[in-house]
Order: sequence, then C-alpha cells, then structure tokens
Amino acid sequence: MGGVRTAGDLVAWMQLTGRMKIDQAKDYVATRLNLKLEDLTDETIMAKLRYEKGLGSVIPDHDEYTGMAAKCKIAELLDISINSVNLFKQHLNG
Amino acid sequence: MREVTTSSGDGSKIRLTEDELRKDIVAGSENAARKGKIDGLTEAEINHMVDIFRQPGKTVSVESGMEVIVTDDGAGISASWGKPSAGHALPMSDHQNILMYERVYCGDTCGLGFPDYSYKPVKSAIGYARSHYKTISMLTTIPLIYGSQPNMGMYYHPTGPIESPSDYFREYDFEKAFQVQEDAAQMMRKDIFYVAEQLYEVGCEAINLDTAGSAGDADFWGCLSVVEDIKSKMPDLPVEMGMAGEMVMGLHSKMIYKGERLAGMYPHRQAEIAARAGVDIFGVAVNSDTSMSTPYNLSRTVTFTKAAALHTSIPIHANSGMGVGGMPMTLLPSVGCSTRCAKALVEIGKADGL
Repeated sequence: MGGVRTAGDLVAWMQLTGRMKIDQAKDYVATRLNLKLEDLTDETIMAKLRYEKGLGSVIPDHDEYTGMAAKCKIAELLDISINSVNLFKQHLNG
Repeated sequence: MREVTTSSGDGSKIRLTEDELRKDIVAGSENAARKGKIDGLTEAEINHMVDIFRQPGKTVSVESGMEVIVTDDGAGISASWGKPSAGHALPMSDHQNILMYERVYCGDTCGLGFPDYSYKPVKSAIGYARSHYKTISMLTTIPLIYGSQPNMGMYYHPTGPIESPSDYFREYDFEKAFQVQEDAAQMMRKDIFYVAEQLYEVGCEAINLDTAGSAGDADFWGCLSVVEDIKSKMPDLPVEMGMAGEMVMGLHSKMIYKGERLAGMYPHRQAEIAARAGVDIFGVAVNSDTSMSTPYNLSRTVTFTKAAALHTSIPIHANSGMGVGGMPMTLLPSVGCSTRCAKALVEIGKADGL
C-alpha cells in the first residue's frame, strides 16, 4: 500500500492491533486522519500530513520525527497500544 | 486466436490460447471447490481472471482504492541475508537493510528474524534476538514483526531430542508414534512461548508463526496452543500465523483443538480455528502444481483464499511466492506472474493483504 510513502503502515497497525479487515482498517485510519479513503494512497496529501503530524516519512527532514518518535505519535493518533512505544515511555518516565 | 504468455508451475514460459486459459482457470477452481468442499468461482469471477491474464502489459496492478498491505517472511530483510535464506548477500547490516526497506522500498511492515529461521535455534540465541530486535525497533516506524518457523520436525532425531515417529510407524507401533508427536508439539510450544515472552520484554510489536503445520496436525496443534498461551499472558502482542500448505497433513491424524479435528483442514477451516486461538492475521498458503499452468494454480488459490476471507472475521493475507499462492515454484518468478497473482488474490480472492 506504500508504507510511510502513504498510509500503509498505519493501516497495517490497525490490522495487527485491531484484527481489522482491510476496508475496516482503511476506514478507521481515514476517520482518525480526517481524510477521504482515496487520500490514504495519495503521496502528495500523505507526505504533507505525515510531516505536520510527525508520523515519519520517506524523505525525512533533519528536524522531522523518525523511528520511535514517529511511532509514539502514531500510537497516539490511532489510539492503539504499541509494545515498543510503551516500553520506551516506561523507560523515559520510570 | 490471440495467445496469452504466462508461466508453467515450474517457471518455464508457456503460451495459451484464450480457450486453454479459460479451461485452466475453470479446472483450477473446480479442483479447489471439490477438495475444500467450498464454492467455486462464479462466471463473473472467471471472466475477471481471464481479463487479468489477457491484459497486454508486462505487469498489472489492482484498481485504485483496492490497495492492500504487505507482511513478509523475510522479504524485507533479504538484502542482508545470504542465499540459504533466499537473500542477496549484500554487505550491509540488518539495521540498514530494514530502514532501506521502510524508507526506500516503502514496505508496509517488515519482518525480522534469525538466519537459522526456526524458533528452536532462536531460543539458543535469544540474547542476540533481543538486542537485535530492541535496537532496530527504536529506529523503525513501520510495524516490525519478529518471524520464525515453528518447524516441529527439528525436535526429532537426529537434530532434536525426541525419537522420530516414522521409526514407530515402520514397526506398526502407532500409539508410540502418536505419543512422540505429542511430546514434540509440547516441546515446540514451550520454546515458541519462551521466545515470544523474551521478545515481548524488549518491546516486540508483533510475532509471526511462519509455515505452521509443516510437520502435520500435531505441529498445527502446538502452534494453535502456543497462540492461546501468548494471548493469555501477553494479550497486546499481535500474532500472525502463516500456513505451511493448503491442507493440514494427518501425520498424527487424531489431534483435536477446541473440538475440531485438525488433520485434513483446508484454508477456510484453518483460518477459522486460528482466529479462535487468538491469531490476529492469518496467512493462507495454497500449493502450486509444477506440472500445471499459473492460471490453473492461481485459480485454485483464489478459490481457497476467497472462502477463507469470507468465512473468517480476522484479516487474511495470501502467501504468494515461490510455489504458493499461484506462483511458479522458482526463486525468480516472472513479474508478469507475480503481479497477476497479487491482483487476482486481492480483487477476486478478497485478501486483506499479501
């Protein structure tokens, strides 16, 4: 679906954490991002949105969210529990 | 009459007339329907598949809006691995490889594993697996899925501690042959749970039981049981399970899980029992016949995949590559075949991913 180029990783998170079929996962992500379904695979729209919301991107700027930082934002945005993010936050706050 | 160029199940190029193409697609669907006791493809679906093979482009793609996500069993990490793992042997680390897969190739998820790709050897190298996973997961944004094979056969002599059931079958000592399989399944179950628990402690985002049931129904029983164990102790650890083949082999034949006999199960019933065990994504694996055409093999796969997708509430990812999912049994299948298999599995087979 395009991974961080579009919204492929976000849809994948919902299949993994929510056992969602593909259409349900796309609907969920589109709703959370306030986008139309077709926007999820639109590179122009998604590049801008990912930059604004700190979700990581294909060509990250040096001050942009990447890796764990982006994953923390994704967990918040999608309202899901990601084990690596939980562990990271536990280490930060522990 | 215009001919269509495609591949045989062994990878060699073949040409089919449109009549031959349609005949193979119908025969493939009928074969799957008969074996699985499921519905065959409708006339409209057969026409759709004929159209997919008739498209003149070398590659094809799904219609806009029908894109699905991809999970893998080592494809994402293939650049840094060697030939025994179908890798490209590039002099780069797994860390670099996975970041390249995320940001250059734009995979939706990425698999990580140990080059000796079974849970039994991972147990011995668990410290390496933990540090490897934790370090890479700090750098990635896409889901990082730790994959390995249950591979119950490794628990038998000479690579494992348990006597081989074939030694007892040869002597008609069936009870003992059943018992050693059950012992191996329990041992495998404990090892997989140990690895899952150890990885969960370092932030594992998801785990993949890849090629479940490769040693028959006792192997599949062990896989289903450990998923239940994992979900009971670590409910927020997503589990993906991919099958070893289209039918669960009855090497034991009496293994029962949640009241269901496992031997002889086809994909739609495998998916259903996997969902009941707690699996989050299920991978359908349908075998290719090397002596038949890709349209025949793909039609069988699509028929089985559609039944599984309609029968089950969890996402279905169709395994597609190297002898499964309609693909020829070769390391380097043509892109004409791989893209046509992907399109048909999604558009007709209703797969939620590949």
